[in-house]
Amino acid sequence: MGQTETVSIRVPSKLKRKSSARDRHGPDRFFSWLVWVPGVMLVLLLLAIAAFLFWNARETIQHFGFSFLTGTDWDPVQQNFGALPAVFGTVVSSLIGISIAAPLSIGVALFLTEVASGRLGRIVGFLVEMLAAVPSVVYGIWGIFVLAPWLREKIQPALHGAFGFLPFFAKPFYGVGMFCAGVVLAIMIIPTIASIAREVFAVVPRGQREAALALGATKWEMMRLSVLKASKGGLAGAMILGLGRALGETMAVAMVIGNRLEISASIFSPSATMSSVIANEYAEAADRLHMAALVELGLILFFVTFVINAIARFFVMSSSKRRWS
Amino acid sequence: MAMTASDRARKNRALQKFIAKRYQRRKIVNGLAYLAIGIATLTALVPLFSVSEFILRKGLPGLNWDFFTGLPQPVGEPGSGMANSIVGTAILVLLGSLIGLPWGIAIGIYLAEYGRGRAAGIVRFSVDMLSSVPSIIVGLFVYTAIVVPMKQFSAFSGGVALGILMIPTIARSSEELLKLVPQHIREAGLALGLPRWKVVLQIVLRGSMSGIITAVILAIARVAGETAPLLFTAFNNRFWHDGLGQPISSLPVQIYTYAISPYDEWHRQAWAAALVLVVFVFAVNLGARTIFRNKTKGSHV
Repeated sequence: MGQTETVSIRVPSKLKRKSSARDRHGPDRFFSWLVWVPGVMLVLLLLAIAAFLFWNARETIQHFGFSFLTGTDWDPVQQNFGALPAVFGTVVSSLIGISIAAPLSIGVALFLTEVASGRLGRIVGFLVEMLAAVPSVVYGIWGIFVLAPWLREKIQPALHGAFGFLPFFAKPFYGVGMFCAGVVLAIMIIPTIASIAREVFAVVPRGQREAALALGATKWEMMRLSVLKASKGGLAGAMILGLGRALGETMAVAMVIGNRLEISASIFSPSATMSSVIANEYAEAADRLHMAALVELGLILFFVTFVINAIARFFVMSSSKRRWS
Repeated sequence: MAMTASDRARKNRALQKFIAKRYQRRKIVNGLAYLAIGIATLTALVPLFSVSEFILRKGLPGLNWDFFTGLPQPVGEPGSGMANSIVGTAILVLLGSLIGLPWGIAIGIYLAEYGRGRAAGIVRFSVDMLSSVPSIIVGLFVYTAIVVPMKQFSAFSGGVALGILMIPTIARSSEELLKLVPQHIREAGLALGLPRWKVVLQIVLRGSMSGIITAVILAIARVAGETAPLLFTAFNNRFWHDGLGQPISSLPVQIYTYAISPYDEWHRQAWAAALVLVVFVFAVNLGARTIFRNKTKGSHV
């Protein structure tokens, strides 16, 4: 018993001496601490964003409670704030954006992964990335002076002619409005969705493609059966992520949506989004209640995008090995 | 009831005809799918060409010496320019980099070299979530956290907003780049008796420096075009800025202000500024990517 005890003491003491020799490298500990602190601070920063928004919105939260979300009247002069029109404009323009962007970006991703390899693919891939690099405000000025007039003259009359019996395509045509905002949003989220879709497609094993081709499938049948079918979850995640981008996009939307806080059935009518209201009214928000209302809009937007992105992250991570960007 | 040879041949021919017809149809569907994919790709790129065309056509006439040297003037007065906005954007981006670079790279090092277990998972999740926070929310946060207490729009607060927006991009790309460095290189360094921090800084980080510089440049190009977070932090200024504690003008905010104004002359200047901004962003992207592709292959930022 005593012998084993001395052994069991001696061995750890040897180890201890070794590890204490390593511990003498104080700089090593300091360095690992040095890179750990910024990480923790980032987590705190995220919490601080939520906390500051919540604290600065407390007045409207207390004052209006849940009716802030259901009220349809946004009137800073009367001190009455109902965010429903802004929520409506945000949701409708984002849905228009995602329904235009979804098929296009899947097409782009298929083109880049399955159709064009080599030089052409690299060039197109670069151009799609440039689509994402154009600043939001530049899409805004282009939207005001190029896209909106074109939609007003050509597209909106055509859609009205074809589907005019529906209330969604009603006159008058201003050009600017939810539809124009949706088109701009589609342009801006195509690169996001396409790049995630590309990553999701890239995870499909090569053997699965070759198996389909070996069975005599045409290339399209191969894409449908072995690529698209296997990527359903990842594509759903890409769409949700694109939706999250669209909901929070500010400048381009603020410039082309027409900024009118009304709920209207026609997608051609001017509207406003949560972020465009914040961008437009912060300068006039002289009184505390108005500012609190704007901050509460921001708080809602923060939580909605947070939840949406957490869901998207789950979808994409379960179907691609890499972390998404 | 044995099938005669001619019977069998007839059946065979019918089957072959059926297969050939079906194959024809499948080939047509295949062609249509290719066509659809091509059209989708072209459609997605049309806006890029249209934006480029219009900023060149409408922006070039507004570019002159005054644009780069003058200050904004009231409508109708000559010599109006955006010198203060160009300098302002440079200052804001510099301030942002001072915050975003060290913070982002440190997180990248932490996640790549030390990041294991639950704590790293939470940090990684936060990086992802911060990158998805709309930029206007970051602006709103800085407004409530810095501008309101200081009772003053300031260049400093604008820089903080841009810095926060840079962190996730830089953290994530530096993590990915550091992870590309093979494990045996670290082990070689440790085997030589180098302390771990020296291995990380002088071998791993140094080896991926060109990639990290590229990522940094791309992040800078991205925040240089940000407008929303600057609206209520850096605000705008018609004159040269008066220290970092004062409002400062920036190119994107100036474009926004001019674009929504009713004056043609201001619209022209907004287009010119958009041209400058887009040329800067494209040139930086193209330059950084070509250098990067030559230095390290097989990764993307």
